[in-house]
Amino acid sequence: MLQSIAQNLLNALQWGSFYSLIALGYTLVYGVLLLINFAHGDIVMVGAYIAFFVSSLLLGHYQMLPFNLPGGVALALAIPLTMILTAAVGVTLERIAYRPLRRKGAHRLYVVITALMCGLILENGNLALLGASRKKFPEMVDKVVYTFGAVSVTNLKIAVIFTAFLVFFLLQFIVTKTKIGMAMRAISYDKFAVPLMGIPIDNVIVFTFILGSSLAGLAGLLSALSYPILDPYMGLSIGWKAFIAAVVGGIGDIRGAFAGGFILGFLEIMVVAFFPSTYRDLFAFSILLFILTLRPTGLFGVAKTTKI
Amino acid sequence: MIQEKMTVPAALLTLLMMIMGLAHFEIIDLYTQTIILFIGINIIISSSLNLVNGHMGEFSCGHAGFIAVGAYVSSILSVALFTQDRVFGAPLLPPAYAALAFPLIIFAGGLAAAFAGLLVALPSFKTRGDYLAIITIAANYIIITLIINIDKIGGARGFMGMKRVVMAMEEVAEIPWMILWVFLFTVLVVMAIRRFVSSTYGKGIIAIQQDEVAAEIMSVNTNKMKLIAFMLSSGLAGVAGGLYAHVVGYVNPKSFDILKSTEALVMVYLGGMGSITGSVLSAVFFTLLLEALRPLQIIKWIVIPLLLIILMQFRPEGIMGHRELGDIFPRLKKFYRFK
Repeated sequence: MLQSIAQNLLNALQWGSFYSLIALGYTLVYGVLLLINFAHGDIVMVGAYIAFFVSSLLLGHYQMLPFNLPGGVALALAIPLTMILTAAVGVTLERIAYRPLRRKGAHRLYVVITALMCGLILENGNLALLGASRKKFPEMVDKVVYTFGAVSVTNLKIAVIFTAFLVFFLLQFIVTKTKIGMAMRAISYDKFAVPLMGIPIDNVIVFTFILGSSLAGLAGLLSALSYPILDPYMGLSIGWKAFIAAVVGGIGDIRGAFAGGFILGFLEIMVVAFFPSTYRDLFAFSILLFILTLRPTGLFGVAKTTKI
Repeated sequence: MIQEKMTVPAALLTLLMMIMGLAHFEIIDLYTQTIILFIGINIIISSSLNLVNGHMGEFSCGHAGFIAVGAYVSSILSVALFTQDRVFGAPLLPPAYAALAFPLIIFAGGLAAAFAGLLVALPSFKTRGDYLAIITIAANYIIITLIINIDKIGGARGFMGMKRVVMAMEEVAEIPWMILWVFLFTVLVVMAIRRFVSSTYGKGIIAIQQDEVAAEIMSVNTNKMKLIAFMLSSGLAGVAGGLYAHVVGYVNPKSFDILKSTEALVMVYLGGMGSITGSVLSAVFFTLLLEALRPLQIIKWIVIPLLLIILMQFRPEGIMGHRELGDIFPRLKKFYRFK
């Protein structure tokens, strides 16, 4: 019993790491722009596909490179390549769809609808381009299983959890300690006064999108490594759920998104461990509803006071 | 003056008679009839969601959950009452009464959906903005998974049998009943929303949209207003769901997931926030667009979002913006009056 709980805890840590990574991307964009980037889940999907093509290319499956790399080296190269390419996708979306609307001063909900539409285009474009057949992600590293008593951990699981924590501390550092992080916080505080101070607002926003989308690419790659089946709609439900996780933590807050992702991961794994898996969403979301009723601005959120 | 006031009802009556006549004598085929029915249902969906998203200014993105509640409750009621069914057994009432009781059944579905709306309305007292958006998404997920887990009503397989109720209605009198009901409910719902928004309650809801704290200070009972607006909006969505279930004859929890909510959101923001005419126009436009692009199959779902994105770039406030038809053509105002 205790062992199964420990095993479930580890699984939940891994599952929560995915949610946390994606929720961090949501919360970054939200924190700066106050824009719910509903296309983020689909950017994760795009990231997974990019990772698939990049790693197939590096492993020599397409015979386009003069050399075939061994799995470990290919993975080490695929990670930065995937992050860069996915960031390019995110920045393109910002440039084409969001920035003109921002310039026009459209109501933010119209930007949200545009984001939803961008997500639809990404997933259906993928479906039209690559067909409905699912892709099997190539195996790049050998699975090593460490066993402690009856609890077993794979090296992949450890890597995923470790990456999530690393990214969290890195982001926390960037946002609170660096100059560009300060600019990001300034924009989120007052979008109209910031350009007056000589801060290049567009560059900071592009940087935010680069950070957020590269995290989505990383999450896509890691989830493809752990669950090696890719399909165009994989970003849909994980995107909505990561958004929910970000909000439960208090959206716009990096610690909140991180904690929220893990909370949702724990809830889902624990529900599946004790009930039929069809009850997963029911219990998880009921508890989230309860949390939000108790703390209306999320766990780490601060209620904004409105002045009249 | 009195004749001018009657223009709108007369025009609506003529339209209804025309559509029903065309459908009865099979001048328009079943496919076209279904599109007309879907237009009516989508008008109800978009204008009811606009009540919360546009007039009250809260971002609700789980509307499909309430549509699902209405669809399931009314179809279970009608199947249990009027047909021989595997699960529910012999009809409890003679099937001939179906035509009479149908509006009541749809109303019951709406009522159930209104109470499901409490799931969103009660947390909305303290929660605002994007946090409320999450609660609505969560409510949508909760309702869908609840339905999936009730095996008695088909679970994930779906629920059917509503076609037999419609057939029972047609035995009473040979007229296209569904067109009649959808038309009546659409007109009633749009009228009800129009009257609600221009009433004292509606003013309170618009005050919440402008500034909730200021509204509270001006002695608007914001909690009560939100409760009423959310329950009315989800109740009307339930009405749309009941009609949808009886038109299609089959309901499935999968067809009421977030994608359906997204469709509703698109219709609202395409039409313009807080504009009833906008919601109606965009529902018509969107339904026709969906059907016109059907031959493209999967490409359809790339073309439509692309069209909407381009539209947003050129007209970021939707088709009508915040205005009504009467604001654009002031002369039309003398043809209708609500107060």
